[in-house]
Amino acid sequence: MTTFLTIVVVLPIAALVWSSRSDGASGFWSSVSAPEAVSALKLTFAVAALVALTNAVAGTLIAWVLVRDDFRGKSLVNAVIDLPFALPTIVAGLVVLALYGSSSPVGIHLAFTRAAIYLVLLFVTLPFVVRTVQPVLHELDRSQEEAARSLGAREAGVFMRIVLPNILPGILSGVAMAFARAVGEIGAIVILSGNLPFRTEVASVYVLNESQSGNAAGAAAVAVVLLGVSFAVLLTIGALRRLATRHERA
Amino acid sequence: MYLFTMMMNKPKKLILIAAAGAAALAVASAAGASAKSGSLSLVAYSTPKPALAQIISAFNKTSQGQGVSFSQSYGPSTNQAKAVAAGQPADLVFLSTGDDVNLLVDAGLVSSKWSRMSYDGIAANSVVVFVLRNGNPKHIKSWADLLKPGVTVDTPNPFSSGSAKWNVMAAYGAERRLGKTDAQATAYVKQLFTHVVSQDTSASNAMNTFLSGKGDVLITYESEALNARLQGKNVQFVIPHQTMLIQLPVAVLLNSKNRDTANAFALFMKSVPAQKLFAQFGFRPVNPKVANLASVKKEFPQPSGLIRIDDKYIGGWRAVDKTWFDPKNGRMVKIEQGDGGPSSG
Amino acid sequence: MHRFAIRFAALGYVGVILLAPISMIFWRVEAEGVGKAWSALTAADTVHAFKITLILAAIAVPLNTAFGVVCALAIVRRRFPGKGLLNAFVDLPLALSPVVVGLSLFLLYGRTGWIHFGQILFALPAMVLATIFVSVPFVAREVVPTLREIGNEQEQAAHTLGASGWQTFWRITLPSIRWAVIYGVVLTAARCLGEYGAVAIVSGRISGRTETATLRVQDYYENLDQAGAYGISLALCVIALAVLVVMTLLKPKEGTA
Repeated sequence: MTTFLTIVVVLPIAALVWSSRSDGASGFWSSVSAPEAVSALKLTFAVAALVALTNAVAGTLIAWVLVRDDFRGKSLVNAVIDLPFALPTIVAGLVVLALYGSSSPVGIHLAFTRAAIYLVLLFVTLPFVVRTVQPVLHELDRSQEEAARSLGAREAGVFMRIVLPNILPGILSGVAMAFARAVGEIGAIVILSGNLPFRTEVASVYVLNESQSGNAAGAAAVAVVLLGVSFAVLLTIGALRRLATRHERA
Repeated sequence: MYLFTMMMNKPKKLILIAAAGAAALAVASAAGASAKSGSLSLVAYSTPKPALAQIISAFNKTSQGQGVSFSQSYGPSTNQAKAVAAGQPADLVFLSTGDDVNLLVDAGLVSSKWSRMSYDGIAANSVVVFVLRNGNPKHIKSWADLLKPGVTVDTPNPFSSGSAKWNVMAAYGAERRLGKTDAQATAYVKQLFTHVVSQDTSASNAMNTFLSGKGDVLITYESEALNARLQGKNVQFVIPHQTMLIQLPVAVLLNSKNRDTANAFALFMKSVPAQKLFAQFGFRPVNPKVANLASVKKEFPQPSGLIRIDDKYIGGWRAVDKTWFDPKNGRMVKIEQGDGGPSSG
Repeated sequence: MHRFAIRFAALGYVGVILLAPISMIFWRVEAEGVGKAWSALTAADTVHAFKITLILAAIAVPLNTAFGVVCALAIVRRRFPGKGLLNAFVDLPLALSPVVVGLSLFLLYGRTGWIHFGQILFALPAMVLATIFVSVPFVAREVVPTLREIGNEQEQAAHTLGASGWQTFWRITLPSIRWAVIYGVVLTAARCLGEYGAVAIVSGRISGRTETATLRVQDYYENLDQAGAYGISLALCVIALAVLVVMTLLKPKEGTA
């Protein structure tokens, strides 16, 4: 088992980290601080943060409706939420391009802009927060909420004071996953980003382009930054999980 | 090891699956590595796929080409050259600039005498053109018009695309032909890039971006503009009076396991039937037997001010590469950085 | 009333962000011409691309399934140094960009890399490795919580009754996690089918040899053949919907033994 993991995952990652040091610390730094790289990383993190935030709100909303509400077609909506997990990302990019490109049927022309990147990332990350919040919401003991209501608390207060603290770890781990996904997404973006460096080029596209044009060192440097972010996200989620179980026991 | 006792509990399943995996990898590796006799790997730049598809069919009908199967890879010219240098298997390359073939010469994969083959190693020609919006609302027809305020330009990225290199040298060369000095012509290129709003990796992607509505004008190959028309896109273009002759080289790799067949195909590309096919797909033939046909001459008007890469004030690809496209000190690096554009592919 | 507003907002969001783009596939195939889309779908290179995609999945899924089960058992049932690290590396592909995966393989097996034998890069082996890498976590992650929930009383009972390790696994453990395994397999397969970035970097995009279905979509798009791009996308979408149906049917079972 460990040999399998070593060959498949560990060795390549080791090769990547090793490559990025091959020019020394100063080489790494100059690759990472190249203007185009900095710009791509900045855009990536900014859009990903926005996407994560949007998902925090929208995902919780959708999870709420799926757990607490009832209406015809609810199970269909519930099933459809997982579609971004099942659909190849390049198809996602193509269809968002079709919807918001120059031949857009709704007259919205956003292709090759940051807005398009934002929208396609929302598509791709839709399930994350929904699926982490749903089970928590489902398990929640409603008696506390009932008690609060009977004491005269308003709905908003009930939500903020009672429900939210309980589902917060769930929201946060979903947000962390959505953030990681948004940072790393390539297939959905490659067709629609228009590749204007400094304007619409994200880090993953930068790595793709640099690797294909022989600048392996530059690509590796940015890739290592992305790797670091991924590890950080995983650590965060792990910590949140421990926090959640401690919360439960309390 | 702790895990060993547990692994011993299901030896059969693991061994079976591990063996299957190893076998699968071995088969896949063998299938990929063996160069079956009668198969050629062609690595090409981004746009000539439709033309080459037909030329390959025609080649298969000849005695030398019978039964030869082709695998083809298309992508931005410079990136493709770098991929081949990095180990991508290829028997021959059809790239868009001699500069990219020189990259392979420097990697020891192509003979330095490649440009002494027939027609200087060139299989087809084209020229640099401006693709415009329908009706040409901004009245663009010359290089000076590109600098008019508010005009936005699409071009591929000069560090990954051969087409972009032609565009840059065409812009520079046009100014020199009009009597400007080296410094003035370089300043023109610098100014031009302040109007650039999209730099895709390849000519093919740049065409897509333009057709999707971005930019007032796309600088590209005439062959790509005609190709878009053939694909049913409503494309309007103009050949500026001063424009560059684009020469598209083909070269056989020294380590090809099928050199005879590869050479035969390279020669076939320059033969009359293949050149006629090239012409059908919007390329300007190199073979005079086809180039001088009345129909071909009519379709491809001769521009009044044709610049060539070997003209004195340009100096050939080696010189151009050093001055303009050197990744550290080239002029394009400075121009792109100044504008905040890409300094690599 | 609050409820309708919230419901409207949530459903509206799903509609705009998710459903509207998806409906474009059907719309565009119709607009571009079903005939053209069909001929792209049945072109030799496209058929070959789907074959390659299937081969990659056929290798990656069983390997990752076996690994996932073994790994989950180790994580839940054993204590050993480095368990946290193991966990991290197994989960890593979920949070990692596919281009980072592709680049690391490119560096490992490239000209200046550490491993040189046979033609790995720009050929099937590298694509297999990339596909396996990106789909490693799914089975393990699905099985771990189920194993945790079940506990190992039944296995312990079997041991005291004299069953061998293999028998215990085959007769007791495996059946109790089967729905989790199956669900994990479906997720793994879907991931393999949809892979783009890692394979794009290592494959060389050789038509008829190292192109997958997803790379083919990009190929058609780059060649201004929108009908072809949407045609293949439609096929992939249909497969995705089938996967979705299977996932939905399996979900309730996944939580039970």
